[in-house]
Amino acid sequence: MFQLALARMREFYREPEAVFWVFGFPIVLAFALGLAFRNTGPGQLQVGVMPGPGDSVLAATLDSSPRVVASVLDTATGRLRLRTGRVALLVLPGDPIVYRYDSTRTESGLARLEVDEVLQRARGRKDPVAIRDDRTTAPGSRYIDFLIPGLLGMNLLGSGIWGVGFSVVQARQKKLLKRYMATPMRRSHYLLSFILSRLVFLILEVVALVGFGWLLFGVAVRGSFFTLAGITILGAFAFAGLGLLVASRAKTIEGVSGLMNLVMLPMWILSGTFFAYSRFPDAMIPFVKALPLTALNDALRAVMIDGAALTTLGAPLAIVAAWGAVSFVVALRIFRWR
Amino acid sequence: MVAVKGLDLTVGAGECFGLLGPNGAGKTTTIEILEGLTLPDSGDVEILGTPWREGAAGRALRERLGIQLQETQLADKLTVTETLALFRSFYKQSHTVDEVLALVELEEKRKARVVTLSGGQKQRLAVACALVSKPELLFLDEPTTGLDPQSRRQLWEIIRRFRAAGGTVLLTTHYMEEAERLCDRVAIMDHGTVIALGTPRELIATLGAEHVVEFSLSDAVPDGLMDMLRGMTGVTAVRAGVGLSLTVTELHRTLPALLAELQRRTLELASLTTHHATLDDVFVALTGRQLRDT
Repeated sequence: MFQLALARMREFYREPEAVFWVFGFPIVLAFALGLAFRNTGPGQLQVGVMPGPGDSVLAATLDSSPRVVASVLDTATGRLRLRTGRVALLVLPGDPIVYRYDSTRTESGLARLEVDEVLQRARGRKDPVAIRDDRTTAPGSRYIDFLIPGLLGMNLLGSGIWGVGFSVVQARQKKLLKRYMATPMRRSHYLLSFILSRLVFLILEVVALVGFGWLLFGVAVRGSFFTLAGITILGAFAFAGLGLLVASRAKTIEGVSGLMNLVMLPMWILSGTFFAYSRFPDAMIPFVKALPLTALNDALRAVMIDGAALTTLGAPLAIVAAWGAVSFVVALRIFRWR
Repeated sequence: MVAVKGLDLTVGAGECFGLLGPNGAGKTTTIEILEGLTLPDSGDVEILGTPWREGAAGRALRERLGIQLQETQLADKLTVTETLALFRSFYKQSHTVDEVLALVELEEKRKARVVTLSGGQKQRLAVACALVSKPELLFLDEPTTGLDPQSRRQLWEIIRRFRAAGGTVLLTTHYMEEAERLCDRVAIMDHGTVIALGTPRELIATLGAEHVVEFSLSDAVPDGLMDMLRGMTGVTAVRAGVGLSLTVTELHRTLPALLAELQRRTLELASLTTHHATLDDVFVALTGRQLRDT
């Protein structure tokens, strides 16, 4: 079994594409998304002022605020820019002053508040209560803090299903599986060798991704590393089982690729990898929560962000373990050895 | 679909037994049933005195066998040594990697990845994977198909050495020449049944003659020629295929007579060849078809 696992690992690391997809890709993804959604705040709000009496004075007043960039635009340009989102809000001079904006856009809502604040103060409004701002940036609340555990979960899913599925189907297609059957090798050893080799790569995957998040974005692990290790091992087992199940019957690489996408795509979207699954309609939430990747992501976030202890994670971990156990048993039952 | 039916064969210890036949004759199905990889719909199989069983008994039997399958492609990314170490790990008793490399003369390729090996080297590696378990019985399914003559001879040498050490071999092939050289006994198969069984010499002897004369004429074969040929002394069989084929007992008497007769009838030869009768001729005699074309 040790030799089988060793062979599996050698086949893997001698495949440069596979190495990239498992290690490189999540890191590139984390880097790109981390950069795109870095916490610089909402940035400067682009505001347009339509032509009218006192338009340039209005624009200058707004522009003096550090958070607003305002300029006078002609009517057609202003409409176009509002429609395409290049300005968050249009100010129509007059009495009353009209704010034109799309109330469903977060940025426009912010611009509405900011512009109103600047204009009212410029016209002499006095605040009835004294206010002091106390700004903090808490690690754990940023997008990258949310993203890294999600990518970790997605990576465990992907490498489990790809790593196991492709090797099994390839061995079956090349009649290597049949050749193994002609030796005294135990069938369970063959399947366990996948799990063993997955464990070794798992350590590298987790270290690479968590280390990357920590070094570049300061994403810390609040909970214990042992808890994190336990959860990732359980996740790797479950997804290796799922990979075996996906590959248990397929005879061709094309066939198994379709099945893999069928399994993985819904989870990538639904399981809260890139955004919180609470955005989905309430009716879908129980279904989404029953998915193994959702449960794993929840558990990973609880440990990395909230610092939760293993004991509080019974429910999601039970879901992950159940998926793994059921897939493994079913895979063993229906596995096509020839 | 029935690939094989009504087969009754016994292979003795220390024997080299060949299953011969064209593609699709049922050789692979037969050998895979014997290897315990395919379950027969009915009938009994005993290997080394035991029937195939699931579980521990089956594994114990597999310890004593060496198997090379026709279509197996070994893992491309592994080296020769790694592949052998992997197969070795499946057995309780086995040759070391170095020993088995020496058996198949692949020592200089030990660090090469499987993907870089030539067809002959890959095949020798496949045989090495079968030999690594120190088997008592070696199954080889078309071990030399598609190989160049030199690689074939190398494999024959490996098989001979294995037999010299007391091993039993069961092989399939569609090269009759290979069977004649390697096998003590052969079974010729066609359409899933055995149509002839015996030593190569016995089978050739069933033709009743040792030589085959094949010739073709520039013009159409005239009426009456076939009957005349059948009547010639020493001719045991006449067959018309692409050209004409005679099975003859005494070539040195029949050939001059044949040439004289053709000259008398002013028939011009387009080609003429003679050879010792082979298992190919046995197959043609039994089925009326050429082995290689089918």
